[in-house]
Amino acid sequence: MSVVFDRPSALTDTLMHYCPGCTHGIVHRLVAEAIDELGILGRAIGIAPVGCSVFAYNYFNCDMIEAAHGRAPAVATGVKRARPDCIVFTYQGDGDLAAIGTAETVHSATRGENITIIFINNCIYGMTGGQMAPTTLPGQVTTTSPYGRSPKIQGNPIRMCEMLATLDGVAYAERVSIDTPANVRRAKKAILKAFRNQIEEKGFSIVEVLSTCPTNWGLSPVEALTWLRDNMIPYYPLGVYKDIDKKEGDMK
Amino acid sequence: MTYNILIAGFGGQGILFAGKALAKMGMNEGLYVTWLPSYGPEMRGGAANCSVVLSDTEIGSPLVPEPDILISMNIPSFDKFTPKIKPGGTLFADCSMIDKKCTRTDINAYYIPASALASDNDLQGLANVVMLGYFLKVTGIFDYDKFLLDITSGIPASRANLIEGNKKALAIGYAYEG
Amino acid sequence: MPKVLMKGNEAIAEAAINAGCLHYFGYPITPQTEISEYLAKRLPKVGGVLIQAESEIAAINMVLGASAAGVRAMTSSSSPGISLKSEGISYLVGCDLPAVIVNVQRGGPGLGGIQPSQADYYQATKAYGHGDMRLIVLAPSTVQEMATLTGEAFDLADIYRTPVIILADGAIGQMMEPVDFSERKPREIPPKDWACTGHGGTRKRNIINSLMLDPEALEKSVRERFERYKKIEETEVKYERFMTDDADIICVAFGIASRICKSAVTAAREKGIKAGLLRPITLWPFPKAAIAEAANTAKAFLSVELSMGQMVDDVKLACECRRPVEFFGRTGGVLPSPAEVTAKIEAIAAQL
Repeated sequence: MSVVFDRPSALTDTLMHYCPGCTHGIVHRLVAEAIDELGILGRAIGIAPVGCSVFAYNYFNCDMIEAAHGRAPAVATGVKRARPDCIVFTYQGDGDLAAIGTAETVHSATRGENITIIFINNCIYGMTGGQMAPTTLPGQVTTTSPYGRSPKIQGNPIRMCEMLATLDGVAYAERVSIDTPANVRRAKKAILKAFRNQIEEKGFSIVEVLSTCPTNWGLSPVEALTWLRDNMIPYYPLGVYKDIDKKEGDMK
Repeated sequence: MTYNILIAGFGGQGILFAGKALAKMGMNEGLYVTWLPSYGPEMRGGAANCSVVLSDTEIGSPLVPEPDILISMNIPSFDKFTPKIKPGGTLFADCSMIDKKCTRTDINAYYIPASALASDNDLQGLANVVMLGYFLKVTGIFDYDKFLLDITSGIPASRANLIEGNKKALAIGYAYEG
Repeated sequence: MPKVLMKGNEAIAEAAINAGCLHYFGYPITPQTEISEYLAKRLPKVGGVLIQAESEIAAINMVLGASAAGVRAMTSSSSPGISLKSEGISYLVGCDLPAVIVNVQRGGPGLGGIQPSQADYYQATKAYGHGDMRLIVLAPSTVQEMATLTGEAFDLADIYRTPVIILADGAIGQMMEPVDFSERKPREIPPKDWACTGHGGTRKRNIINSLMLDPEALEKSVRERFERYKKIEETEVKYERFMTDDADIICVAFGIASRICKSAVTAAREKGIKAGLLRPITLWPFPKAAIAEAANTAKAFLSVELSMGQMVDDVKLACECRRPVEFFGRTGGVLPSPAEVTAKIEAIAAQL
C-alpha cells in the first residue's frame, strides 16, 4: 500500500496550540507542503512575529526566528540581505502586518525585498482575545468596538493587497481564502508561486489568506466559514492584484 | 609647544578646509592634532568655524574657547572672537571683508585683503588659501614647500586645475607685505 | 600603516568594515550621519550592504535579522533615534544576538538639540530596553578610540552574544584626529553554530527566540545571561588613569568630558593642586573597583559630565560614601570649558 497523505516534512511533530476550527493549521500545512514540493527546507528561514502564530517556530521544521510585533519584514530584510541564498518567509497576522508593522510591510515591499510574506487576515486580534484589528469590518463587533466598528469613530479597514499592488517593488500580491476545498487548492497554488518567485529572484511576494477565528468571532467553525464567505470576501475580494508575470488585463 | 587656533567666517569660505589643511600638515609633521568644526544648520551659509589644536604633547580638550591664533574671515566672527584671543596671541583678519581694526593692544594683528586678492587673481573661492599663505609666512609654523605639497597632494588628478589655483593662492598670500 | 586624519564618525565606519561588518542598517540623524554616508560609499566596494531603513525601528530589526543569520551587523543613530531602537535592543538581548549600536549623543529630552551631550548615560547603562538586561557600553574619547573600540565592540558582541553600545557624542563624532587602523588586535571568536543559515538537512534546526511563557524557564534563561554578565564584569572592565597616584581630587569623566578634564587637571596641577582623572572606557561594566581603590588615597571625587549629573550616581555607589562626590556639568549641548572645570577643582581644594 502506498502512503497518499502524510505530514509534510517541513512541519514538526509538535501539537499545534490553535483553537478548534482555526484555519492557521490549514495555512501552516500549505506553507509546509510548498516548502517540501520546492525542496527548499534546508535553506528556508521562517520569521514569525507576535500574534497567534508567534509559536510558529515550534511548528516549522526549518531555521526560525521570532520577531517583535510588526517587525518581521524588517527582520526578513536583514536575514535575506545577509543570506541571499536562503529562502526567507514571514508569517504574519493582520494586526502585525497592517497596523503596528505597516511601515515595515510597505517599505520592504517597495524596496522589492526578495522575500515571501504569508498574511493571515481574520479581521480580529486573536492572541489578545478579540480586539479590533485594522481589517475588522464596518459594523463588526469586537471587544474594543463593542457597538460595532464605526468608520466615523474607529476608522475604516485597510485593504493591503490593493495598496501593495501599487508599489513597483511588488512582484506578486494575491488574496485567497480557505473557506472551501477549492479555495484551499487555490491558496496552495498562490503560496507555491510566492515561494517560487523568491527562488527565481523576482522580488516581493505576498499572499493574503482570508481566515477564520471562530473563538473570537463567537461562532462555530462551520458558521465561521460561512461568515467569512458572506462578509469578508465581499469587502476583501479574492484575486491576483499584482503579478509581474502577467499583463494588467489578465489580473483577477 | 601648543597652538590653539580658531578659524571663523561664513559657510562657503573654505573655513573648515583651511582648518583641515593645518591639522593634516600637523599630523604629517608628527604633531598631535585635533580639528573640531561647528556643525548643524549653521553650516549651510551661516557662520562656520573650526578649532584646530597643534601640539607636541597629547591634546586634552579639542575646544578653543580662547585661541592663541584667530583667523577671521568676516565681521561677525571678528566681533565675536577677537575679544577672546589670549593676551600675546595673534589675529589674522581678511580686511577686504572686515572694514575695521582691532583695538586691543595686547595682541598682534595682521590684516590681508585675502578675498580681494583671490578675486583679483581669478582665484574665486581660494581666499582661505591666500590667508593660509600669509599665516605661514607670519607664524613660520610649517615649511612653505611641505605645506604646498601637502594641500595639493589631496587633490585628485581629475581636478588638476585646482592644484595650480591652490599653488598660486598660497604664493600670493605668502608674498603679501602687510 | 600611516595615520589618516578622519572624523570620529568616519573612523567608526571604517573600523566596522575592518572588523568584517558588511551589513549596516540605519536612518539619517544629526550628528552621526557621516557613518552611513561613509559606509554607503565603501560597503558596495567590499561586497557589503547598506540599507537606509524606513525608521530606526526597522533598522534595528534588520540588524536583528542579519545578526540572527550569523553575520556582523551594525546600526548607528543619535539620541532620539536610539530611543526608537530600544524595543529592538531588548529583543536582541532576549535572543542573545550580537550587534553593535552606535549612539552619537545630542542634547535632549525630546527633539532637543544637535550639539554634543552625554545625557543618555542613564539610558545606555541602566535601561536601553525593557526587562532584566545589561549591555556592554563603550565610551571612546578620541577618534583613535572610535576606531579601536568599534573593532573591540564587534568582538565583545560575538564572544558574549550581546549587543554592544558605543556611546559617543557629537563632538567626538564630528572632530578629526589622526587614526591608525592597525592598532587593534582582533580576539578569538567562537563559532556561530546557533545562527539561522538554513540547516541544509545536516543539523537540527536553529531557533532564535525571546519568548518564554513559562516563568521558571524565563528566569533560568535570564539567570544564565546574568552569569555571562558576571564574567564580563570580572574580565572586561576598561579605564584610564591620569595623574591619580598622588591625587587629592580625582575627576571622573568619559568621552569628550574626559578630554576637557585632562586639560583642567593639568591646569590645576600648574596651580599646585593635586588633581587627577579616572576615565571609564567601559561605562558598563563600570570601573567600580578602580574607583573604590582610588578612594583609599583620594580625598574627593568630581564627576564631570555633559548632563545634569548621571554617572555621578555610579561614582557615589563605587565610593560607598567614603569620600565626598561632587558634580559639575553643562547640558543641552553646551561643552564645559577646561577653565570652568579647573575653577570647580579649585573650589573643592579650598574645602579640603
